[in-house]
Amino acid sequence: MKKFTTLTGIAAPLPLVNVDTDMIIPKQFLKTIKRSGLGVHLFADMRYDEDGQEIADFVLNQPRYQGCSILVTGENFGCGSSREHAPWALLDYGIKCVISSSFADIFYNNCFKNGILPIQLPADAVAILTKDAEKGSNARIIVDLADQSVTTADGKTFSFELDPFKKHCLLHGLDDIGLTLEKAEVIDSFESKLALEQPWI
Amino acid sequence: MAPKTLYDRIWDAHVAHSAPDGTCLLYVDRHLVHEVTSPQAFEGLRLANRRVRAPEKTIAVPDHNVPTTDGREDPKNMTEDSAIQVAELDRNARDFGINYYPVSDVRQGIVHIVGPEQGWTLPGMTVVCGDSHTSTHGAFGALAHGIGTSEVEHVLATQTLIQKKSKNMKVEITGKLAEGVTAKDVTLSIIGNTGTAGGTGYVIEYCGSVIQNLSMEGRMTVCNMAIEGGARAGLIAPDDTTFDYVRGRPHAPKGALWESALTYWRTLYSDADAEWDKIVTIRGEEIAPVVTWGTSPEDVLAITDVVPSPNNFVGGKVDAVTRSLEYMGLTPGTKLADVKIDTVFIGSCTNGRIEDLRAAAKVLRGKKVKSGLRAMVVPGSGLVRAQAEEEGLADIFRTAGFEWRHAGCSMCLAMNPDQLAPGERCAATSNRNFEGRQGRGGRTHLMSPAMAAAAAITGTLTDVREMMT
Repeated sequence: MKKFTTLTGIAAPLPLVNVDTDMIIPKQFLKTIKRSGLGVHLFADMRYDEDGQEIADFVLNQPRYQGCSILVTGENFGCGSSREHAPWALLDYGIKCVISSSFADIFYNNCFKNGILPIQLPADAVAILTKDAEKGSNARIIVDLADQSVTTADGKTFSFELDPFKKHCLLHGLDDIGLTLEKAEVIDSFESKLALEQPWI
Repeated sequence: MAPKTLYDRIWDAHVAHSAPDGTCLLYVDRHLVHEVTSPQAFEGLRLANRRVRAPEKTIAVPDHNVPTTDGREDPKNMTEDSAIQVAELDRNARDFGINYYPVSDVRQGIVHIVGPEQGWTLPGMTVVCGDSHTSTHGAFGALAHGIGTSEVEHVLATQTLIQKKSKNMKVEITGKLAEGVTAKDVTLSIIGNTGTAGGTGYVIEYCGSVIQNLSMEGRMTVCNMAIEGGARAGLIAPDDTTFDYVRGRPHAPKGALWESALTYWRTLYSDADAEWDKIVTIRGEEIAPVVTWGTSPEDVLAITDVVPSPNNFVGGKVDAVTRSLEYMGLTPGTKLADVKIDTVFIGSCTNGRIEDLRAAAKVLRGKKVKSGLRAMVVPGSGLVRAQAEEEGLADIFRTAGFEWRHAGCSMCLAMNPDQLAPGERCAATSNRNFEGRQGRGGRTHLMSPAMAAAAAITGTLTDVREMMT
């Protein structure tokens, strides 16, 4: 996994509530057996018409948001299906940070496994950042993970909360499985205890 | 000792390691696997030269992609990409030595129906699967939730998950349900009450006399949709209803092991003085047969109600409702019972079990599907299908004009050929009414199997109670 330290980029506003993972990556694109190549299908049903042509007014199709790396969006982002294809599609498209007032649990967790930083801020801060994002490529947002801050182009800064362990893994690009396997003996002894106490499992 | 909730108890019994900041390694008792969210995880194991740590606790079954028509075992009858995913699961199950129910096996079906049916799901366990509806298994008093593919790989390699504890939420349904009101109406009404983010960060325990009086299948319907309320997991304390359901299933303990398991399972409950971070109480008598009208599972109203106006809402929901009414092709003020439908889908991990089929067949007996309407029943497993045939339910469905399909997820998420056309309106017993969920431009109204059967007969959303008098 790539490290996430700081990010300066164009932020695309998507001020919709309850954006579900079916919207982020519709099911017809889940038939892949790879993690890569999903960016072109990100938000497919909102981004392309039935003939596969770009819908001009969808945010990611507007010239001023080309190359964006941050998404500023409405509450309960990523609800619904647990499909990790949602963060894979965001990352493959180039989005490395999503800012919202709330996230669905499974999506939130999946982001950290892929080097994406989901930032939760109060609704009024998200409203300010959405306004800022509406300025398009003229407004670049700066995200600093170590400092846990988001700064707008005109210097307004917001601090965000983050679980220290998740932050540590993201900052250093750590592989969860490798970390856990270092505790193999702990798992072994737990498993032996379980086999004695609940032999029916 | 400090009082505990059921969630506290199961959590404490599974913490293999705990760091000072509260990050835990939670041991996983059962790992369910399907073809869509697992290929990348197995590929990761191969690349790192890792094995599956506990293949005997890992159970795989293809369900999302599989066609539900005759001859589906033949890969030629699948789309190429679906056939690849199913073939990958075949290969991964074989190479890593995990328990497997291939498409050709009569026990194949939707993973959340197969697990309980085969006795893999037991009280007090931790159960995970790369699928958000894993919450279904919480009906047994198991801590069960969906995970992403990276976590699937983590569980395959380590049989644990890195987790922090969630908060405790109690949802109590008091009193009793009126005639015509089912577990599906209960679970939809809860989401209508709490919203789709109401349970975010919590594990829900459902309790109260209504929940206690539900069958195991009804309880599974309730817990299945915990995720639609934002909670990763929903739980119901195990009781004699649970134990009677589990007893004798192929992978349930037998003999002396059964007795010791039962002794332990009877300790799985929340203490009367346990502390809750959030409590929601709903009177069972106030729950009506409901349908969804919008594109979020929280958009729930009684069938006797009318389509709401965006003006009835506040905040971001105003725009969301405007957008969803346009998508759904509905005008505020229209009676829900006047909304015409094109398709009926009975099935899914929410409502694809035998009691669901019985409830729908009871309404359909001696009746016909409205002319011009497409209607299908997709049993949740091959065994549910066989039982429905034995009980004569299949004949009732076929005679009424329903297509009688083979087991799979089917039109719940439309990854296989069972899809809605743009603008097509469906009465569905599944769990999500999101934009495009059942096919691009498709319009989904969620409801109980009895309500879906009633809609099939009249061709509009219908109050099933009118057919019961």
